[in-house]
Amino acid sequence: MTTEIASSGATGTRRSPGPAPAANKRRKKQSPYPNWFYLPAGLFYTILFLVPTGLSFYFALTRWNLFDIEFIGFENFVTFFKEQALIQGFINTFIYAFLTSGAKVVLGLLLGVFLTSQIIARGFLRSVIFFPALVSTIGIGITFKVLLDPFDGPVNQALAVLGIGGPGWLTDPSLALISIALVDIWKGVGLATLIYIAGMVAIPQDYYEAARVDGAGAWNNFWHITLPLLRPATATVILLSLIGGLRSFELIWAMTKGGPGFTSDVLGSVIYKQYQAGFFGLSTAGNVVLFLVVAALIFPLSAWLNKGEKES
Amino acid sequence: MRNKTLAWRWGGGTIAVILALLIFILPFLFILFTASKSQQEASLLQFSWPTEWHLFDNLAQVIQTRNGLPLRAFINSAVLTVASVSLIVVLGAMVGFILQRRQQKWNSLINGLVLVGLIVPPAVVPTIWVLQGTGLFKTLPGLIFVHVAFGLPFAVMLFRAFMGSVPRELDEAAIIDGAGPIRLFMSIILPLIRPVMITVIVVQSVAIFNDFTYALYFLPGDSNATVQLLLYNFQGQNLTQWGLLFAFILLVTVPPLVMYIFFNRQIVEGMTSGSVKG
Repeated sequence: MTTEIASSGATGTRRSPGPAPAANKRRKKQSPYPNWFYLPAGLFYTILFLVPTGLSFYFALTRWNLFDIEFIGFENFVTFFKEQALIQGFINTFIYAFLTSGAKVVLGLLLGVFLTSQIIARGFLRSVIFFPALVSTIGIGITFKVLLDPFDGPVNQALAVLGIGGPGWLTDPSLALISIALVDIWKGVGLATLIYIAGMVAIPQDYYEAARVDGAGAWNNFWHITLPLLRPATATVILLSLIGGLRSFELIWAMTKGGPGFTSDVLGSVIYKQYQAGFFGLSTAGNVVLFLVVAALIFPLSAWLNKGEKES
Repeated sequence: MRNKTLAWRWGGGTIAVILALLIFILPFLFILFTASKSQQEASLLQFSWPTEWHLFDNLAQVIQTRNGLPLRAFINSAVLTVASVSLIVVLGAMVGFILQRRQQKWNSLINGLVLVGLIVPPAVVPTIWVLQGTGLFKTLPGLIFVHVAFGLPFAVMLFRAFMGSVPRELDEAAIIDGAGPIRLFMSIILPLIRPVMITVIVVQSVAIFNDFTYALYFLPGDSNATVQLLLYNFQGQNLTQWGLLFAFILLVTVPPLVMYIFFNRQIVEGMTSGSVKG
C-alpha cells in the first residue's frame, strides 16, 4: 500500500506545475484535476498512519524499550494470552463492545420511534439526550465517578432514601465494567437515536398510507415497514458503536483505570499500561491484537450489512 | 381515538420530560452546583443547591492555579483544534475533489485506504517512534499532524460524497475562463461545498477538542498540555478541592455547548452522515 501511494505521489510531481508559464498553459488543458492534490493529505496519512500501522507488525515481534530492540518472534503474543490479567482485558473488550452496542441499537430504536411520534417537547427531548455526546469524556468520567461513589455518592444516597442499598458501582469487581458500560450508553444513546430519527424521517409516508388502506395497525407498521427500511440506519449504529466499543479507553481510564484489579481492563487500557511500564513491544502486540479483532469483526459485518441493503 | 392520541401527546411527553430531567439533566446540574459551592460545601459532594454562589470565584481561581497553567492549556487546545481542523478541511476537500472528478485506476485503492483509516485503530507506540524520529514527539505540531492523519478519512468520505452534487459544468466554465486547478478549487469548489465543510468543521472540532487519548500518548507532561489532559491530571492533585475540579469540568464543557447552540442542525446532519460506509 505504501509503495502505491508513493508512486501516486511521483506521478503527481511529474504533473505539478513548473515555473515556466508557457508549459503551465499546456498542462491546464491536460487535466484540471491534478493528482498532486492527493500529495499533502497522502503524506500525513502515510507517515503518521500507514507507516506506524505497518511497522507495528514488526515491533510486536520484539522486546523493545527506549534504548534497544530485540527480535523475539511471537513471544509477546504468547505472554499476552498466558497472562490472566491480559486475557481478562481481551474478554472484557468484547463484553463491553457488545453490551454498549446492543443497548445503543435497542434503546436508540425505541427512543427514535418515540421521538418521531406526536408528543410535546419533542425538540427539547432530542437536544437533551444528544448533548452528552458532545461533552468531554474525561469530564463525564470524573462526574460519574463522584456520582457513583459507594459511600457518599448522590446515586446511592438517592437509592438509600428509597430504602435500597446501592452497590459499589465501581468498586465491586463484578460490577465495575457494567457500570462504565452504562455510562457509555448514557453518553452515546443520543447519537444512535439521532441516526434512527434521520432514517425514519426519510421513509416516504406513502408506505404507511398504503398499509392503512390494507388495514395494518401500529405494530404491523413498525414490524413490516419501519424496521426493514431502517436497515441502513441500524447498520450505521451497529458499526459505529461496535468500532467505538472495541476501541474504548478514555471513559474506562477516567473512571477506574481498569480496576479493581484488572476487572474493567480492556485492550485499550492494557495497551496503555504496557506502554507506561516501558514494555513497548508487548504494548504494540496488544495493538496488533486490537487491529485483528476490529478487522475480523468489522469488515465482514460491514460487508454483510451492506449486501443486505442492496438486496432489499 | 382522539382522546388516546391526546393522552399520548401530553402524557407520554410529560413522562419523557421528567425522565430526561432525571437521567440527562441532573448530572449536569450536579456539575454546575458543585462548581458553584464554597470549598467546604463542595467537599460534601451532595446533590444540593449551593448556599452561597461561588461560581465566578471558582472559575477565576481555576484559571489562575499553578501560574495560569489552565489558561495555557485552553490556548493550546484552541490552537490544536483550529490548526488541525483547518488542515483536515482543506486537504480532505482536495482529495475528495480529485477522487470524485477523475476516474482512474487508483481510485479504488484510495477508497480502500479511507475505509481502513475509518476502521483500524491507530498503532500508538510505533507512531511515537515515528514522531521521535522526526523530532515532533511532545510538541504541539506533532499532535496537530497526528490529528490531521487520523481525521482525514472521515473528511474525505464526506467531501467525496458531497462533491457529486457540484455540477461539472461549473468546472468547465471556469477552465474555459482560464482558471488553473488551484483557482478552480479555491474559488469555485470550496465556496460551493460550504454545507459539508461546516459539518466536517463542527464534528472534528468537537472530537479534537475533547480528545484525551492522543494527547496522553503524544503530548504528555503538564507544561504544554491540552485541557483534557490537564483536567485528568487535576483529578489526582486537587482531590480536596472539588469545587475547583468541577469548575474546570464546567469550563471544558462550554466550547462544545456553544458550538452546539450555533450549529445544532449541522451537527445533527454531520453525525448522521458520518457513517462508516464507504
